[in-house]
Amino acid sequence: MKIQRILLLSTLLLPAIAQAGVDYARSRIEFTSRQMNVPVDGRFTRFTAQVAYDPKSPAQAKAEIEVELASVDTGSAEADLEVARKGWFNTAAFPRARFTSTSVRPLSADRLEVRGALAIKGLTREVIVPVTVKAAGNATTFEGAFPIMRLQFRIGEGVWSDTDTVADEVQVKFRIVTTK
Amino acid sequence: MARYTTVAVFLHWIIAVAIFATMALGVYMHELELSPARLKLYAYHKWIGVTIFGLVLLRLAWRLAHRPPPPPANMPAWQHRAAAGAHAALYLLTLAIPLSGWLMSSAYGFQVVYLGVLPIPDLLARDKALADQLRDVHYALNILMFAVLVLHVAAALKHHVVDRDDVLARMLPLLKPRTRAP
Repeated sequence: MKIQRILLLSTLLLPAIAQAGVDYARSRIEFTSRQMNVPVDGRFTRFTAQVAYDPKSPAQAKAEIEVELASVDTGSAEADLEVARKGWFNTAAFPRARFTSTSVRPLSADRLEVRGALAIKGLTREVIVPVTVKAAGNATTFEGAFPIMRLQFRIGEGVWSDTDTVADEVQVKFRIVTTK
Repeated sequence: MARYTTVAVFLHWIIAVAIFATMALGVYMHELELSPARLKLYAYHKWIGVTIFGLVLLRLAWRLAHRPPPPPANMPAWQHRAAAGAHAALYLLTLAIPLSGWLMSSAYGFQVVYLGVLPIPDLLARDKALADQLRDVHYALNILMFAVLVLHVAAALKHHVVDRDDVLARMLPLLKPRTRAP
């Protein structure tokens, strides 16, 4: 009962800090890995994002993003199957990756430094994400990129932990478009 | 006996070994399951292909400046034409095959980074259907290459064993010339 009341309260409170709808058709979550020093682009086609952002008080902004790891598109069907397996994402046991913002520091009128917890494959690491904010009409676009070290999340175990073949660092790029 | 220049001989054999290595690699690697070893072999295959392309350009430039020795005088005219045609086909294929491989790789979304250091620009954007077509082209050109190579090697051996002339020896300095230099 108590939990329900808190949930109800939070849904009532969230609109107060401009909870906006996400335009998924214009939003992207992509990544670039390096295989034998060749940059290879991929993306996730299914994710959900909740963004609360008020340009008047950007430090109060909040974001939570959940990525359906099985929706990975590496550009090759064979690799899509491979990265779902145990040694990589192990999507059977850990279907989703989650980013939860913990603090937001405005750097300038259109730039934020968002700190948050990134949880993948049962492991949580803090990440610092630089975000640029662009408002146009009733849409607000949040864009940014940040590196993660795949081995910190045990992404690519066993033979795949060889970073000479697949580099440890993976660039994550995102664009989240919200509309009022 | 009129020989090929040392540079021409060196380039011929380096390219021959590279073609043999990368063809064998190509046949072997595409059957493998996705693994770090496969990623490495694909990279080596591409690096060797780029190397062959570069060496063939060098060789053609050298050939323009240093004409190859004339074929044996007693060789029938049709054999002259066949040899010239086969050699032209080999030059064309040694350029076309790396080109088709590079284009295929681009279309699959994998840029070629020569020796893991030098990125070769992508001419094509990622396009799976086009990539599959280019893979078929790469394969067909290699089948053709293999056929011409068999002919090339058979002709060289025929000259050496049956005709007992210097055609092979002038490209393979380990063999003793059979005729004296005029």
